Amino acid sequence: MSTYTELVTHAFARDVQLPDGAGTMVLVTLDNGFDHTRPTTFGPAGLAELETTLRAVGERVAAGGVAAVAVTGKPYVFAAGADLKQVTTAADRDSALALAQAGHRVFNLLTDLPVPTFAFVNGVALGGGFELALAAGYRTAAADVRALGLPETSLGLVPGWGGAYRVPRLVGVVAALDVILTRPAANKPFTAAQAAQIGLVDVVLDPADFLEQSIRWAAAVVRGQVEVPRRPLDDQATWDAATAAARARLEEVVHGSRPAPARALDLVAAARTASRDEAFAAEDEALADLIMSDEMRASVYAFSLVGSAKRPVGAPDRSLATPVTRAGVVGAGLMAAQIAVLLAQRLAVPVVIRDLDADRVAAGLAAVRRQVEAQVERGRLTPDAAQRLLGQVTGSTELSVFAGCDLVVEAVTELLDVKKRVFAELEQVVSPSAVLATNTSALSVTAMAAHLSHPERVVGLHFFNPVAAMPLVEVVQAEATSPETLATAFEVVARLRKTAVLVTDHPGFVVNRLLVLLLGVVVDAVDHGTDIEVADRALDPLGLPMPPFELLDLVGPAVGLHVLQSLHDELGPRFPVSAGLTTVVADRVPIVLPARGKGLPRRVDPAVAAVFAAHRTGEQVPLDEAGVRDAVLAALSTEIGRMLAEGVVSDPRQIDLCMILGAGWGFHLGGICPYLDRTGWSTRVLGHRLLEPGVADVPEVAAVG
Amino acid sequence: MSPAATPLHGRTVVFVDGVRTPFGRARKDGLYAHTRADDLAVRCVRELLRRHPELPAHRVDEVALAATSQSGDQGLTLGRTVGLLAGLPTTVPGYAIDRMCAGAMTAVTTTASGIAAGAQDVVVAGGVEHMGHHPLGAEFEPNPRFVAERLVAPDALTMGATAENLHDRFPALTRSRADAFGVASQQRYAAALAAGKIDPDLVPVALRDPERGWGLATADEPPRPDTTLETIADLPTPFRAGGRVTAATSSPLTDGATACLLADEATAVELGLPVRMRLVTYAYAGVEPELMGLGPVPSTHKALARAGLTIDDIGLFELNEAFAVQVLSFLDAFGIDDDDPRVNPYGGAIAVGHPLASSGVRLMIQLARQFAEHPEVRYGLTAMCVGLGQGGTVIWENPHHTEAGK
Repeated sequence: MSTYTELVTHAFARDVQLPDGAGTMVLVTLDNGFDHTRPTTFGPAGLAELETTLRAVGERVAAGGVAAVAVTGKPYVFAAGADLKQVTTAADRDSALALAQAGHRVFNLLTDLPVPTFAFVNGVALGGGFELALAAGYRTAAADVRALGLPETSLGLVPGWGGAYRVPRLVGVVAALDVILTRPAANKPFTAAQAAQIGLVDVVLDPADFLEQSIRWAAAVVRGQVEVPRRPLDDQATWDAATAAARARLEEVVHGSRPAPARALDLVAAARTASRDEAFAAEDEALADLIMSDEMRASVYAFSLVGSAKRPVGAPDRSLATPVTRAGVVGAGLMAAQIAVLLAQRLAVPVVIRDLDADRVAAGLAAVRRQVEAQVERGRLTPDAAQRLLGQVTGSTELSVFAGCDLVVEAVTELLDVKKRVFAELEQVVSPSAVLATNTSALSVTAMAAHLSHPERVVGLHFFNPVAAMPLVEVVQAEATSPETLATAFEVVARLRKTAVLVTDHPGFVVNRLLVLLLGVVVDAVDHGTDIEVADRALDPLGLPMPPFELLDLVGPAVGLHVLQSLHDELGPRFPVSAGLTTVVADRVPIVLPARGKGLPRRVDPAVAAVFAAHRTGEQVPLDEAGVRDAVLAALSTEIGRMLAEGVVSDPRQIDLCMILGAGWGFHLGGICPYLDRTGWSTRVLGHRLLEPGVADVPEVAAVG
Repeated sequence: MSPAATPLHGRTVVFVDGVRTPFGRARKDGLYAHTRADDLAVRCVRELLRRHPELPAHRVDEVALAATSQSGDQGLTLGRTVGLLAGLPTTVPGYAIDRMCAGAMTAVTTTASGIAAGAQDVVVAGGVEHMGHHPLGAEFEPNPRFVAERLVAPDALTMGATAENLHDRFPALTRSRADAFGVASQQRYAAALAAGKIDPDLVPVALRDPERGWGLATADEPPRPDTTLETIADLPTPFRAGGRVTAATSSPLTDGATACLLADEATAVELGLPVRMRLVTYAYAGVEPELMGLGPVPSTHKALARAGLTIDDIGLFELNEAFAVQVLSFLDAFGIDDDDPRVNPYGGAIAVGHPLASSGVRLMIQLARQFAEHPEVRYGLTAMCVGLGQGGTVIWENPHHTEAGK
């Protein structure tokens, strides 16, 4: 950790002349000397440099002759916030507190200047970067800025460099809670136009001459020709109602699984009546606590993991990849149609789908058309691009249409014999170099390829549903898969703009193996007498994206049962098959209630309890919530230990990456391994941690020191 | 009484407005060292449209932009690329144009002809030259026949050498006259700047500098207002040992852009656009390439003849000061005093700089301002010399004159 070196953001100050004799403006530019691929961030040295610059500016202002001060960024970046990697090097609470205080001390220098101050938000402005903009009196933003906001609560922090205090006072408490809690949770930053709509920025200007026009606008403010209205503070009742509603919502969604949102909410709740100094001191304390929390460290670990996944671990050299100029999809079901659209759209090559009869092909092409038209309706595709896409995807019942394909993905029924037959037939028509991929979620890719003349060209490409939205693809290396085939698979996934994780050919790979295990253990507890609502609530303290029965409903109980059965057969009774679940599937019993509000969890329908009660088997051992949770976490720990021993992935990090991107498991869990480490489960079950101390949590040494 | 001139055939073409960037020194530490040439032109086009909200952008029929070196950040059909970058509707076409120093002037006269003929109603014309990014001639490969067949003298491509040649041809053009003219140019520019006659036509340009942060260009960088006869007396003569042409009597290497709006007069009235000058006529003419600076003399004779005017009818002159001796050769040819107040009253390129293909419109911008100050003047002209031995002259009528348009 001591090897970490800060990429220092410089703060240059230059005089510019305001138009029409409005005086001199000191313009401060934040620039780390690299292009936009290395966004400017604030570490201690960068903050110190900004402090030095702003102090010098302050002296000049005091001496007279300066009419205004403004801050802007290098091209495409205003400032991307605190240097997160650097933040996680804080060894004790005192240094964490000092870092928090430094931000306030420096930003206050801008706020407290006795002349009008401006932020010209020319590019990305996130977290501490946007809080610097908030510290100025006025803000302009370039119309092309698409990443503006305060994502801190999604990273285990609070907007603690003034954001929690200033935003509710600037835009009102209701909008502020959207900025500070809702948007970060959905990973949706603001565009410039959206920010202007709620008043986060005062004016949006065209990017073509953004800085010139920002300076002109600033001059008009300095001369009093432009007045920027500020909304009055919301009254106490509005404030209390909004924060109470947000608190109730956090209870239902976050369940205390991570401290940051509640701490942020506390700060917002107090921001109406607190003095600035009180509010900032509270922000400092919150930041100091959170920087020293395991949840924050796990979040930064997860953030970095996702960021570095563009270079997949274990991928062969790219030069081995075969270029794909034509692709095929076997099967015309829903998944097949989604894969066909994605291939056609991102690879920009002709894609042919093939099924056994004309009706299925027509249904598949109709599904393709629906997906494309939906994208046009959402404004994601131009009509011309849609025409091109629809022209690229054709259908046939003839196997021979795959003759010219460099890549054929099969997405037929999850039955090994069917898939083996498909590949055997394909081999008769495709060229010897064509790559054959299977979208199986749990079958053995090695078995599928076993009887082929060229088993080395078979690879797994496990997409997740919905294909367009899910960022993960598990790339499955079978026993015979060649480096060339694997390289092609990784290259294709990269061009599909998905994240590839290399897994070896073991049942369920990573995501399904762990998710289905979790469902199996929860259902098994119900089978053995646990109250179904207790079971449904048991994992709430983890803050997973949804409760287990909602997950089962989303996957489809039939699919879930099918995978559970197949993993049971291949991996053993650790994957219990439930008689109750079998009946639920057979009788199509609805298992969850409607959500009580947008974004709120769907809870298990208590009526389902009767179905399970009718099928109870074996010894009845009702568990409480902690008991169910223990059973799940013990099972997950055991399974991860086995997966690492089997070599499903090379490293626990790859499991975390899969669970974050494939299952949506939270940054605060670090995926799952950091959570199992910090709660002691990995050590209890496996006898060792999964990750070194300090990688994704606060190292013990620091906690003592 | 001034005689009525014979204008171009067809519709009347008017100069609506013009703007330019502040000019910068073409050096590694110059204003625009880190700024793209096309971005300079974009600022001008946007400013013109911003100043004239009465002009719907889709009514612009053409964007003609000149550059001498049409590559890199001045490449790929500037008029089109700048139009797109400036946010003009995609329906507005554009092209690039080149006549070296007279590029912007040619953009104006060519599009003006189209307006007169009825092919366009409103156009943007201008030019850009980033001489820091595109040193003159650096991207040019001369045909060896030029020298082998003695088509031009070996020094015809060195502009300073052609200026020295003018001193040889006309012994009356002495270094001391040139020095005095150079000093006067600086003084007249400084006076015009102080009187607020320069700034209104400038569009500020944001300056990116990775080592210093953003700045803003709001003033011309080349002028040296402290220049006196004494300070320049001993300057070296870089173009010839023992020569007469110095840095103080030459236009400096410059980065900058200009653009103007031209319109058919009836369209201007329809849209409510101002009429700051009326185009009378124009002409280009060639001279021996090694006496490049003499070009405006025959082009002016030609233009006056076409207009049916004499030099005595011209009340204001905006002459591009590529070199002091070159302007003096023009003044001698027409019997005008070196310090005639009608000539370059705001100073000229020796002070403000000469970003080759953009200078033509700077002359027009300044003449338009002087027309407003001098309603007693009916006609003015803008003229400039062009490398390889050409001259260009445009004659304008002052709409503020009582007899204008009659």
